[in-house]
Amino acid sequence: MSEPTALVELKGIERHYGEGGGLVRALAGVDLAINRGEFIAIMGPSGSGKSTVMNIIGCLDRPSSGSFRFAGVDVTPLSRDQRALLRRNYLGFVFQGFNLLNRTTAIENVELPLIYRGMPKRERQEKAVRALHLVGLSGREHHTPGELSGGQQQRVAIARAIVTDPLLLLADEPTGNLDTARSHEIMELLIELNVERGITIVMVTHEPDMAAYAHRSIRFVDGLIAADDARKAA
Amino acid sequence: MLWEAIKLAAMSIRRNALRSVLTLLGIVIGVGAVIAMVTIGSGASQQVQENLAKLGSNMLIVRPGQSTFGPGGNNDSRAFDERDSTALKANLSGVRGVAPSSQRNAKVVFGALNYDTTVTGTTADYFIVQDWTLKEGRVFSEGEERSGTTVCVIGSTIATELFGKADPLGERLRIGNFACEVIGLLESKGQSAFGTDQDSIVLLPLRTYHRRLAGNTRVSSINISVMEAADIPRVQRDAEDVLRERRRIAPGEEDNFTVRDMTQIANTMAATTTILTGLLGAVAAVSLLVGGIGIMNIMLVSVTERTREIGIRLAIGALERQVLTQFLVESIVLALFGGIIGIVTGLGLAAIAALFMDIPFSADPQVIALAFIVSAVIGVIFGYFPARRAARLDPIEALRRE
Ligand SMILES: Nc1ncnc2c1ncn2[C@@H]1O[C@H](COP(=O)(O)OP(=O)(O)OP(=O)(O)O)[C@@H](O)[C@H]1O
Ligand SMILES: [Mg+2]
Repeated sequence: MSEPTALVELKGIERHYGEGGGLVRALAGVDLAINRGEFIAIMGPSGSGKSTVMNIIGCLDRPSSGSFRFAGVDVTPLSRDQRALLRRNYLGFVFQGFNLLNRTTAIENVELPLIYRGMPKRERQEKAVRALHLVGLSGREHHTPGELSGGQQQRVAIARAIVTDPLLLLADEPTGNLDTARSHEIMELLIELNVERGITIVMVTHEPDMAAYAHRSIRFVDGLIAADDARKAA
Repeated sequence: MLWEAIKLAAMSIRRNALRSVLTLLGIVIGVGAVIAMVTIGSGASQQVQENLAKLGSNMLIVRPGQSTFGPGGNNDSRAFDERDSTALKANLSGVRGVAPSSQRNAKVVFGALNYDTTVTGTTADYFIVQDWTLKEGRVFSEGEERSGTTVCVIGSTIATELFGKADPLGERLRIGNFACEVIGLLESKGQSAFGTDQDSIVLLPLRTYHRRLAGNTRVSSINISVMEAADIPRVQRDAEDVLRERRRIAPGEEDNFTVRDMTQIANTMAATTTILTGLLGAVAAVSLLVGGIGIMNIMLVSVTERTREIGIRLAIGALERQVLTQFLVESIVLALFGGIIGIVTGLGLAAIAALFMDIPFSADPQVIALAFIVSAVIGVIFGYFPARRAARLDPIEALRRE
C-alpha cells in the first residue's frame, strides 16, 4: 500500500558528532516513513542511535545530511523558532527522565505547553484537568512531582505531551524507570491514546514486552535500521 | 504571558530569598544613597532658598569698611549717615527700595514683662527691602520718619512675649527711657540662616532711633533691593560710584566701604551643595554598577541551575523570545525589588537626616520615579546577557544536564 503523504518521512538521514578521527556516525543513513495512526516501537542496543532519531523526528535536532519531511513540510531549512512552533503545535514529548518542573504542581506542569500557546487561563486549566483525568490522575492536580510516584510522574509527563492534541507523540523509554506493573499501565494508556484519539506514537523501549504493544517494531543497530517488521494494513 | 513571567519571577526570587536579598544589596545601597542625598540636598537647597527669601531678594548690603562677611566691620572707617542713604535712593535706578538701618540690643518693657531684643532704626523702605509683610497695622509714615515720632513696629516674638494673645496695636512699649506706640505687627519669618530668631525685632523710625536710643546719627548699613536680578552688578557699580564720590575717595584709592551681593553668597552656598551632591552621586553610580553586576551574577547562576527547566520549556515549544522575556522579567523584578527597598531606605535616612539637620524633608516624586526606572534599566542591561544565554540553550543539551 502506498501512502501519498506520510506523517514523517526520513530519507538518507545521517547525524554525525565530533569530527576527524573522533567522528561518530550516530545515524548512518536512515530511511523511514511513519504514517498517521501508527504505533511504532523502536528497539536496539545502547548507542545505536534511537534517541538521536527521536530528537530529529521531534524537531529538536537537525540531521547532518538527508531530508526530513513532517506532514509534507521540509523541516531541514526551518529556523530554531520555526521548529519550536512545530513542536508546540504538532508534537508531544515524553522524556525518559519524566522531565517535569520541580516544585510545580501537576496541573501547572500540564498547563505549561498551553501557556506558550497563549491560551487563556480558564481554558488552559480545563484542558489540563481533562488531560490529567485521561491519564488517571484526577485528584492529584495540585501535587508536585516530589509528592507523586514514578508511575504517576510519568502519567503527568504523558498528560503534558497530549494536552495540546498533538499529531505525533514521541516517547523515549517511557517505562524505563518503572516496574513491570506500572509499565503495563502506561502501555495501556498509550494504546488508548493511539486507538481512541488517533495519536500517532513512536516509542523507544528496551523491553520486548512493551514493544509488543506496538503495531510495528523497528530495530536500530549502529545508526542503521536493521529490521522493520512493518505490518502492512489490509 | 507577561503576568505569568512576573509571577514566575517572584516565585523564583522567593525560593532563593537570602541569596536574592544579598545580591540586591548593591542596588539597595546605590538607589538608597541617591534618594537620600537628593532628598537631603533638595531639602537643604530649599532651606537656602527660603533663607534667601527671608533675607530679601536681590539684595545688596552696603557697610562701611572693608570688612569680611558678617556683622561688625572696620570701625575706623567713617560710618554712613541718613544722607548717604538718601543720595543712593536719589541716584540709583531700577531699585525697589533703599533702607538705612542701625541697631542695638535693648530691653523692651510692657507692664510687668520685659524682653531683650534687637531694636532697629530704619525707614519704611526696610519693609520692602527685607520682604517683611504686616500682619496688622501700618508702617511708619513719612511724617513720622521726618519728625522722629515715637512709634514702632514689632515682630511676632515680641508680640507673644509681651502681649500674649492681646492686641498690641495702640499699646505703648517702653524701650530704655522712652515709650513708643505700637503701630504695626509683622508676619512671622522664623529662624534665619544663622539660627537667630528673626521675629525678635522692634523697628523704629531712623530719627527716633538716633535721637532716643543711639545718641548719634550713624547708619551701620544700607540695604538696597534691586528689581531685576540681572541688574544687580550694574546697581552695585552705581552704588559704589555714588558712595566714592560722597566719601571723596580719589580714583585709584581703595573703597572704605563694601557693597555686597547677598544673592551671590547664597548662590555660592548652593554651588557647594551641588558639588557635594555630584560627589555622592558618583559613589551611588559605582554602587549601582556593583549592584548590576550582582544581578548579572545571580541570573547567570540561576540560568545554570535551571538549565534543565529551560530545556523542557524549549522542547515543548517555547520560543527564544519567550525564554528571554522570562529571564529578563526576572532580573527586572529583582532589580525593582532592590530599587524599592533602596527608595524606602533612602527616604527613611533622609527623613532622619532632615530631623537632625533641621532642614525640610521634601520627597521628590520625580526622583523616586527616576530611581524606579533606573532600577528597571539596570535589570534589563545586566539581565540581558544571562537571559540571552538561557534563550540560546540547545534543548537537547539542556535536557541531558542534571
Ligand atoms: N551530543 C553528543 N555528542 C557526541 N556523541 C553523541 C552525542 N549524542 C549522542 N552521541 C553518540 O551517538 C550515538 C547514538 O546515541 P543515542 O543517544 O542515539 O543512542 P541510543 O540508541 O539512544 O542509546 P541508549 O539506548 O543508551 O539511550 C552514541 O554513540 C552516542 O555516544
Ligand atoms: Mg537513548
